[in-house]
Amino acid sequence: MNVANLAPLAVVLPFLGAAMAFLLIRHSRSQRAVSIGTLSVTLLIEAFLLVDASARGTTAVFIGGWAAPFGITMVVDQFSALMLVVSSAVSLAVLIYATGQGMTDGDEDGPISIFHPTYLILVAGVSNAFLAGDLFNLYVGFEILLTSSYVLMTLGGTTPRIRAGVTYVVVSVVSSMLFLISIGMIYAATGTINMADLALKLADIDPATQMILHLMLLVAFGIKAAVFPLSFWLPDSYPTAPAPVTAVFAGLLTKVGVYAMVRTETLLFPGDRINTLLMVVAMLTMIVGILGALAQSDIKRMLSFTLVSHIGYMVFGLAISTVIGLGAAVYYVAHHIIVQTSLFLVTGLIERRGGTANMDRLGGLAKISPFLALLFFVPGMNLAGIPPFSGFLGKLGLLQAGVELGTPLAFVLVGASVTTSLLTLLVIARVWNRAFWRRPEDATHPDPILMSTSHDGSAATTSGKVTGHSTGKFAGRNAVDLLPRTMVGATAGLVLLGVSLTVMGGPLFALSDQAAQQMLERTPYIDAVLGEGATEAAGTTP
Amino acid sequence: MSVNITLLVIMAALFAAGIYLLLERSLTRVLLGLILVANGANMLLLAGGGPAGKAPLYSAGIPAEDYSDPLPQALILTSIVISFAVTAFMLGIIYRSWVLGRQDEVQDDIEDRRVASQSSFDAEDDAEIPVETTEFTPVEEAEEAPGAQRGPSTRTTTRREKR
Repeated sequence: MNVANLAPLAVVLPFLGAAMAFLLIRHSRSQRAVSIGTLSVTLLIEAFLLVDASARGTTAVFIGGWAAPFGITMVVDQFSALMLVVSSAVSLAVLIYATGQGMTDGDEDGPISIFHPTYLILVAGVSNAFLAGDLFNLYVGFEILLTSSYVLMTLGGTTPRIRAGVTYVVVSVVSSMLFLISIGMIYAATGTINMADLALKLADIDPATQMILHLMLLVAFGIKAAVFPLSFWLPDSYPTAPAPVTAVFAGLLTKVGVYAMVRTETLLFPGDRINTLLMVVAMLTMIVGILGALAQSDIKRMLSFTLVSHIGYMVFGLAISTVIGLGAAVYYVAHHIIVQTSLFLVTGLIERRGGTANMDRLGGLAKISPFLALLFFVPGMNLAGIPPFSGFLGKLGLLQAGVELGTPLAFVLVGASVTTSLLTLLVIARVWNRAFWRRPEDATHPDPILMSTSHDGSAATTSGKVTGHSTGKFAGRNAVDLLPRTMVGATAGLVLLGVSLTVMGGPLFALSDQAAQQMLERTPYIDAVLGEGATEAAGTTP
Repeated sequence: MSVNITLLVIMAALFAAGIYLLLERSLTRVLLGLILVANGANMLLLAGGGPAGKAPLYSAGIPAEDYSDPLPQALILTSIVISFAVTAFMLGIIYRSWVLGRQDEVQDDIEDRRVASQSSFDAEDDAEIPVETTEFTPVEEAEEAPGAQRGPSTRTTTRREKR
């Protein structure tokens, strides 16, 4: 049996799980079991898909037996399989974290029972976008994940979340409209929306029209991927959501945009007509993003800006569009999903332990909770690209590709990415110095939670319980577990996964280079969807 | 391919009005703008589907090219459903925003305003490194000390001794 035929399950299973979780809305224990079980099985299936894809290359699945270009096609290649596995692993960790938080705090953050079904639908949408073989299915995948993200973003309906949610929804809907309009125009111009079919037919139409379609898709995906200057909405809306939600948004949603950009650039519009534009945009994204991060004092906002900044690295790899550059970009996407998510999860823990995510008001966490400090330090250094972590490997690959390209602009970009890396280190060091190293007394207006447990030394902090608070976040509640084992465990697992990217660096780089090779060749994808020899028949062998 | 001018004009009007409304600060108008833009996009899909008046259903004896293209209509249907759901959700959060703060306008991000207005001086990062308050006499003073018996210098030495 062909393993790739299991691909639709990556979308269907989370949907079924969501339906079950919705039915079990009054039974939180079985709801948790259902959602964690569903995601684990999905992850297992996707691991099979990845093994299969790395062995046999690109395969297409035709839903309902309707052959391309008429039916709905799902395509599994190395890139999409890798993205599926990484995204599901990350979403599973975040789900366990959120479950831990929900179990400890009860219904503190509003209607938590709606969280599980919505979250599973989000995962289904992400998987659908990664697997989509035609533009409209990609659009539907985007809409599924965006609609559930609207709900997750405004969970609980508090004033700041509603304020942030409005901006987020309007910007996302506008980008979706742009995407829909470009689909309409592409269909009018070529008469197909199947990506493999488009790859052959787009080459025949007028170059000026091609350029319009190309740029419209790029703008639509650029908003979703938060590429400067279309990134203004992200730091405004992400930080207000609950910690696990921000974590999964930061990890997955922008990367789906990057994935869509990579697909359109390599498959639909090959060639280097807009590579200069992409390079300039990548440079601005890196520099402007990290300069924004320098000004922030809220850790979540700071991380949102580094998220924007590091999207620039992926666009850089895409703009180089050689095998080594694109391969490094693929590796970097996988690395960044894991690292950025773990940093947001750790920030959630910091917020619980210190009562706030504002680094001016934090202090002494390294002494209060050394393990928390370790959990922040490792992904922090990983993000900044300190050897031997995976951030270093990915950046090294990008720099190597940039130097190999050798144009003046490429060298400017290499310089910009090194600067960005250094500034990231500075930003991380600022958090480290304030939240972890200095004494709690030196913080301005430290939260009562931080102060109450830091004075009486290690006895109170090892148990991590706070009793009978009169002020602060947990006012009027007894014995709140500040660092529940499930939450810390899920974060530690994700941090370990980030470290394992270094350990598995060789095979992973081989896989991503192979993925890049196949994407640049284009024939494997087109042949897998339209049947052997379709490329030769159309006479446009690249 | 002939283009239906009526559809094009309506589409242009919808887009123009929709984008104008989107740029307003009132949330209800933004929502109306989104609805208009969504309808304009649907019109565009419809216009892309070829001329009207062809056979929609199968009947024997009609050649293949005389059927109307069903795909744009399927796309429009999907997009109508999606924009319906999003509109309902938007109405929900606009109402919530009204309940919470009597606000029907896009709100400023307070933290963003605060960061924008703060001075570039950061006490923790940018403050002068505090002068070393050592117990020992600095080198230059030690060299001066034997010869210089003037007022100020003696005063500093005495202060040091007191401490």
